[in-house]
Amino acid sequence: MRKVAIVGTGHTPFTFATEKTSIELFSEAAMDAINEANLKSKDIQALYLGNCLGDFSEGQAMLQSYAANDIGAFHIPATRFEGACASSSLAIRDAFIWVASGYYDIVLAGGVERAASIGTPLATRTFAMFTDSHYEYPAGMTFPAMFAMLTHLYSKSYGVPLEKLKEQMAQVSVQSHRYGMLNPKGQFHKEIAKDDVLNGFMVTSPLQLLDCCPFTDGAAAVILTSEEKAKELTDKPVNIIGIGQASSGGLSSQKNYLPRLRAREVSVKEAYEMSGIGPEDIDVCELHDCFSIASLIAAESLGFFEYGKAGEAWERGDTEIGGKIPINVSGGLKSKGHPIGATGASQVSEIYHQIRGECGGRQVEGAKIGLTDTLGGDGVICNLIMEKGW
Amino acid sequence: MDYKLTFKDYADALTKGKLLGLKCNSCGKITVPPKMACQECGETDLEIVEMNKKGKIVTFTKVNVAPEGRENETPYIIALVQLEEGPWIMGNLIDIDPDKVTMELMDKEVKVGFRVFPGDKYSPGNQPRPLFSFA
Repeated sequence: MRKVAIVGTGHTPFTFATEKTSIELFSEAAMDAINEANLKSKDIQALYLGNCLGDFSEGQAMLQSYAANDIGAFHIPATRFEGACASSSLAIRDAFIWVASGYYDIVLAGGVERAASIGTPLATRTFAMFTDSHYEYPAGMTFPAMFAMLTHLYSKSYGVPLEKLKEQMAQVSVQSHRYGMLNPKGQFHKEIAKDDVLNGFMVTSPLQLLDCCPFTDGAAAVILTSEEKAKELTDKPVNIIGIGQASSGGLSSQKNYLPRLRAREVSVKEAYEMSGIGPEDIDVCELHDCFSIASLIAAESLGFFEYGKAGEAWERGDTEIGGKIPINVSGGLKSKGHPIGATGASQVSEIYHQIRGECGGRQVEGAKIGLTDTLGGDGVICNLIMEKGW
Repeated sequence: MDYKLTFKDYADALTKGKLLGLKCNSCGKITVPPKMACQECGETDLEIVEMNKKGKIVTFTKVNVAPEGRENETPYIIALVQLEEGPWIMGNLIDIDPDKVTMELMDKEVKVGFRVFPGDKYSPGNQPRPLFSFA
């Protein structure tokens, strides 16, 4: 396998409902990535595009072909990746594999979603399509409900009283909003206090409004090339050194592991082994905080904290810049926003800029190695490890 | 390979008051909801068995924000129940005011009935789901 580098990224503002189409959003991110990489659209050999809900938000399936054509990358193979909220991480992982194999030298990968434009009722319905349609949806399953049930299970499994756990979870949202102030591309630029979280509207017990990430419109894209090609294009390539992906069945089928998500443990182990490093070597991490409790569950399975202890870590500041492992200093899904098909590419973009030292007020000084963690539905996980390539 | 216990057969049985599962002839464990392969060992030599419809609540939530088309059902309680035979199944809990649920629900013993979700434009017709009530 050849070494693979990221040489450019693009990232639209993440926003509430926009009037731009999905094609327009993705093309803006894609051209920014292509320009940053000192390439032209005609240099792109393949497009791997994450998108979940184009069919519902715009009546537009097969977005990938129109997107390739839209940016002037005529007639290239274009493939859509659908892995719920992990779609574009899956796209980037596959792009890595195809470049590493030698089949392509330059691939554009990313994602786009208009999850805000779709409106809350239909968004709630379509997000519920990422649960088991026959054996779980009939009970009225929603995505917040899944993580609400995991919260109660976490409390019981690890002996953390619910009231204490809720305070720890509130701290996760507070930290994300604080760093979100420093991300001009993010959806929210508003600090919140613990009491704001704990006094919020109850979405699905025990998750309140500010325990939940928002619905978001936006796009993000990255250019992957061979190491050799990267040297021609940039002085500061960021190499992908480890990849992992795994899947699970419906929530009830995961009974032997919950509240842990076993797929994450399989995926991140693969990524750590491939890169030859462990969690102690990660300088900065973007993980899938679709709900505050999801951050705790993720950080533990990624190996940063003991099971049942991640909430204490957030309260101690271990997850802040300067702490043991800075987590979601982009603002995370909670504050930066969560346009589901674009989220993984956005996380990768953040790590790329962190390693290049380009993150301004939220920069983790000296960051050389970063990890992304993206969860799709109740059972798709993708992890990517990136390293300074110069 | 034929599917041993299809959703239709599982659903038809549930609406007649029977909760069906699959017993693995390799490891002896039970799989519910039904699948092609045993949830525990992945083998496919399975036989249909009837569950005794008793279990305990392993987790729950009270939903206040419903998906499109189901707004009139709120608030409702979703629960995951561990059956006496081992598997977990998802359904709705009745017999309690949704606004009064607390962590005290954990481990409460329940019995399994059913209620039909009539489906919506995205789902293929009637889909019964387990309905839990206190044992």
